Amino acid sequence: MSGVTEFEPILPVRTILCSEGRETPIWTLNINKEDITVKLKTFVFAVMTIAGGTVAPIGSSAFADCGPSGQSIRILASDFPAIHAVAGTAEAQCGGAAAEFARNHTTEAREIMNAALTTNPAEYTSVIVANSTLTQLMNDGLVRPLNDLVDRYGSHLKSHQLITIDGNVMAVAFMANSQHLFSRTDILEKAGVDGIPATYDEILAAAEKIRAAGIMEYPIVMNMKVGWNVGEVFNTIYLAHGGEFFKPGSAEPNINNDLALAALGVMKALAGYAHPDHLTQASNETQGLWEAGQAALGYMWGSRGGVILDGEGSTEDVTSNTVLSSAPTVTGGSIPGATLWWDGITIANNVSDAEAEATFAALVGAMTPGMVAKHNDDAVWLIDGFKPGPAAAGVSATATGGAKSYPMIPYIGLMHNALGAELVDFLKGTESAEQALADVVAAYVTAAKEKGFLN
Amino acid sequence: MQHRVFFWFTLPTLTAMVLFIALPIVSVFVQSLHIDHERVIVISESCGPFGCTQTTSVDTEANKKLREEKPLGRYNGLATYTNRSHLAFKEIGIAWSSTKNWSQFFSKALNLPFYKALAFTLTYTLVVTPFVLVLGLAIAVGVNNLSNRIKGPTIFVSLLPMMVTPLVGSLILFWMVDGDGIIGATLQLLFDDSSLSLKASPTLTWMMLIVYGIWHILPFSFIVFYAGLQTVPSETLEAAMIDGASKWQRVIYVIVPHLMPLVVFVTLILLMDNFRVFEPIVGFSAEAHAQSLSWIIFKDLRESANPLYGSAGATSMMTIIGVAILLTPVLIRTKRDFKQRSV
Repeated sequence: MSGVTEFEPILPVRTILCSEGRETPIWTLNINKEDITVKLKTFVFAVMTIAGGTVAPIGSSAFADCGPSGQSIRILASDFPAIHAVAGTAEAQCGGAAAEFARNHTTEAREIMNAALTTNPAEYTSVIVANSTLTQLMNDGLVRPLNDLVDRYGSHLKSHQLITIDGNVMAVAFMANSQHLFSRTDILEKAGVDGIPATYDEILAAAEKIRAAGIMEYPIVMNMKVGWNVGEVFNTIYLAHGGEFFKPGSAEPNINNDLALAALGVMKALAGYAHPDHLTQASNETQGLWEAGQAALGYMWGSRGGVILDGEGSTEDVTSNTVLSSAPTVTGGSIPGATLWWDGITIANNVSDAEAEATFAALVGAMTPGMVAKHNDDAVWLIDGFKPGPAAAGVSATATGGAKSYPMIPYIGLMHNALGAELVDFLKGTESAEQALADVVAAYVTAAKEKGFLN
Repeated sequence: MQHRVFFWFTLPTLTAMVLFIALPIVSVFVQSLHIDHERVIVISESCGPFGCTQTTSVDTEANKKLREEKPLGRYNGLATYTNRSHLAFKEIGIAWSSTKNWSQFFSKALNLPFYKALAFTLTYTLVVTPFVLVLGLAIAVGVNNLSNRIKGPTIFVSLLPMMVTPLVGSLILFWMVDGDGIIGATLQLLFDDSSLSLKASPTLTWMMLIVYGIWHILPFSFIVFYAGLQTVPSETLEAAMIDGASKWQRVIYVIVPHLMPLVVFVTLILLMDNFRVFEPIVGFSAEAHAQSLSWIIFKDLRESANPLYGSAGATSMMTIIGVAILLTPVLIRTKRDFKQRSV
């Protein structure tokens, strides 16, 4: 695949959560985090600390071009530190020039954004999205091409930040995330494993050695919670096998094949070394197991790297021996089994051109080396000035290794859903792999017909 | 009461019922008959931080026009009801003709999402309801016999499970039954099996959900029966005692018949409540082993990037029909009682 060469080994570390496809159970999120709506009208040059400790530089607005003044800027975004960093910096720099600057940070952003942008005028002038959510907005034609605005305000943006579809810039990315391997070097050593496993077979062999040595019965952790997470695990392993989800140029499914059977075989073999509760475990649970020292090989999100490596919630033994490396490939293969994600900004269609311009200017004005320097460890930034820290190694190696990005296809959500629901019986052992794939295809086709993608 | 007076008395209620119950149901039904417009798909090239790829996208202009003409989407008749996600007539037909015995047929049928969910929903409803009725009555009788001093605090404590939001309650228990949680670890110790996991086995997951369901809804039947017990005429009870009836006989032959209207009422509410079981499945992350009709509706609306309104509508209608079928025997009985009494 082409990719990745542009932002090479830069990636890095200590993110918290990006793209957040569905890392955590939706309902618990509601309980853990509050929606934070910040409305500030006129604090220019102010230092602000907003949930997550976003601190904007004093006086930086003097340098930012905020576009038309007196406009209303309304941002809908997910809720994690990197997004607070970008949106908070934008607000600090351009909040004074705007008549209104409102931010709604909520983990429910994905669920409300289509409805919120469908009205005219739209409820928000910008939504901060990821690969999959951009498709969700574009399916309904709710975001506008940004080419003109990029010409006027985006001279400092790198070309790899521009998400371009058929020549139209639809989003401007600022950070990256992916799954990759976490290893406990001390345990691998104790079990007699040489080096860090690089392929699925090596992972399985290492897990078997650890089990045989009586160190751990279940050395592997991965996010296998039924639904989005288990579907995503299949996606990554299937992509590593070189699989394609659809027949080229159509919505016809293309997963009932030998590659998918092989991927399912790997998935089940891995699950055999994972905690018996793995079908209920997502990021929070796997991170917990890792930090408790109950796992030796982890297949988790890069955004958890920083949290795991920090001194909190774990012991010195765990943190000092945890090494992050590329997602595994199949034996003899070259594609790391992961999906690459980006997070970026979009501008709503149903708002006035002046509002769109002011919003764009404020947000891209925040994507500067100065902002990155202040928030270096909050994300794997795609922006100039990023210095990869120790926890960046995994995402960086995965991206440079040529992992595929999460497909931006209008009907991938339906496929992902069908996988998440129908593979479970196979993993539980009550169904054959062939039957599970046939079920996935049947479920996908039923949903795709209802959504008008297939006839 | 004159018909005119009756009409004016009930008019406000009727209006509210039509507006807030009947019309939304009609709207859901109409939605369930439609599916989305055909999407015009164009091949495009998408570029980003990770390179360029050939992809497809939706021609939104073409789609917008279609949607403006017909906002509801394409008329699909009852096809959504009979597709694989719901009644799955075709798949059931194939399963019927391709299997030799009942167990094979059932295993094929239960592989379909709707029947899988229906199986759990019915089991849950039919197990939880009788348990809650019997236990609720037992606790009510027990509490009623306590001395007045400890009665108040006991009632308060007994009501606690109901005060906890189901989602929060199930989340708390979810962590307690974890292998590292207090209940999970204790069970492992008791059974001397370090791999025992309530979350990993389908049978144990079902039992866990059912026990949770009973625990959660029990206070409702308890408090209703307890209120009913206060109305049991003491003369009848005394007469029964003089006739030499034991405690047990008094409960069976005096108290239960007296509470029968309440039993019918509680049964109705419990059947409706249990048939729409949902929160514990989310709270316990039990989707792998147990799914309910309400959970399917939730999944259709939430889990996909593109909500399946037609599917969700169809499942909702079938849930309503399911509740109606369950309630029919109880309602028939009530009607018969009513007629007998008015004679």
